[in-house]
Amino acid sequence: MHIFQILLLLFLVVCAIAVSFTRNLLNAILVYMSFSLVMSVLWVCLESPDLAITEAAVGAGITSLLFFATLKKIHAIEVEKEKGEKEEAADEQA
Amino acid sequence: MSRRKSDEAYEKTFAFKFFRWLSGEKDPYLDVVEMKPQKETHLSERMARKYEMEKNQMVRQVYDLRRNKYVHLFEKTYKLAAILFCILLAILLLYTVSYLPATGEANKAVNNEVSQRYIESGLQETGAVNIVTGMILDYRAFDTFGESNVLFVATVTVLILLHINKKNMHGKKQADEDDRKYEPKNDPILQIGATILVPVIILFGIYIILNGHLSPGGGFSGGAVIGAGLILYLNAFGFEKTEKLFSEKTQKWVSFGALTTYCLAKSYSFFTGANHLESHIPLGTPGHILSSGLILLLNICVGMVVACTMYTFYVMFRKGDF
Repeated sequence: MHIFQILLLLFLVVCAIAVSFTRNLLNAILVYMSFSLVMSVLWVCLESPDLAITEAAVGAGITSLLFFATLKKIHAIEVEKEKGEKEEAADEQA
Repeated sequence: MSRRKSDEAYEKTFAFKFFRWLSGEKDPYLDVVEMKPQKETHLSERMARKYEMEKNQMVRQVYDLRRNKYVHLFEKTYKLAAILFCILLAILLLYTVSYLPATGEANKAVNNEVSQRYIESGLQETGAVNIVTGMILDYRAFDTFGESNVLFVATVTVLILLHINKKNMHGKKQADEDDRKYEPKNDPILQIGATILVPVIILFGIYIILNGHLSPGGGFSGGAVIGAGLILYLNAFGFEKTEKLFSEKTQKWVSFGALTTYCLAKSYSFFTGANHLESHIPLGTPGHILSSGLILLLNICVGMVVACTMYTFYVMFRKGDF
């Protein structure tokens, strides 16, 4: 169990560093989600299931969803359809 | 053993091409890509005058030495002040930390009798098997009320910032603000997944809320789970279905009703407790679902507020209206 916790903690450190170095915003959110999920497993290991449930629901679920919605609103995530339209427009210009 | 290649053989090797490319002797795109001569730009009279004016202004700004000196000085002072501020802040914080009690000291704030009391007599006094819920919703119910109000205020702020008045918008602008066109319309994988998952998720959320005083969980986590379930349903089936279930009116009345119930219920117990009156709410047998006095009711209130908040956040982010 001890080794398991150490492994999870190492994963947390890797995730935390990876978030700040990811250039793709979508990947950053996914890494953040996995951070929250591992954190909730850690809370269970530390015998606080209350926090684990909250972390899984809020951290991994709703916060990331709100991030996704925001990124879509500011057009940071490109929709494939839009990409196609842009290419067509470029062809027309050429 | 290496032998010098003849010039002809050497010209065919990759190394020759690479070094030629590196030194820039041959453009790799020349003769490969079709080149077009650049189009000549034709400036209208007005644009030409505008460009001339911009150029003059730029020249004036560049040669304005007094102003440049001032800007330079300001930038230097700004950096210096920022560094000084950071150092001062660090010193202040470290100074404060030096006043904290040392690790392992007997009369530390953590080692007082409060936590002892919670653990020893929490079950008899609150009737909740889950001590955490007993603490949050009985001993420290006032804190939790503040937290619920913070969530309510957050919802109100989001409504103020992101709510769109539909009457003033028509056509394309509304379509831009409205996020509906991005919806995966009738995506079968998502819909079948949601049909199986959403009832389970929402039931699990209700279970967490109702069992908050017996098992891990409580109002906040249960409400968040229900909110997540509602959001999944919304993403799978679109706004038309959820609009019937959840409108602005629902949000208003559920939040208002839950907060008022919480406030009244807790006011009653605070009033009786402060005046040494007997509270007429039975604590019940620990371990039963209908036990531990007001905690079940308070859990339901908190759960409803949280679920509403989460769902409202998402809907406001998506389209700015219910």
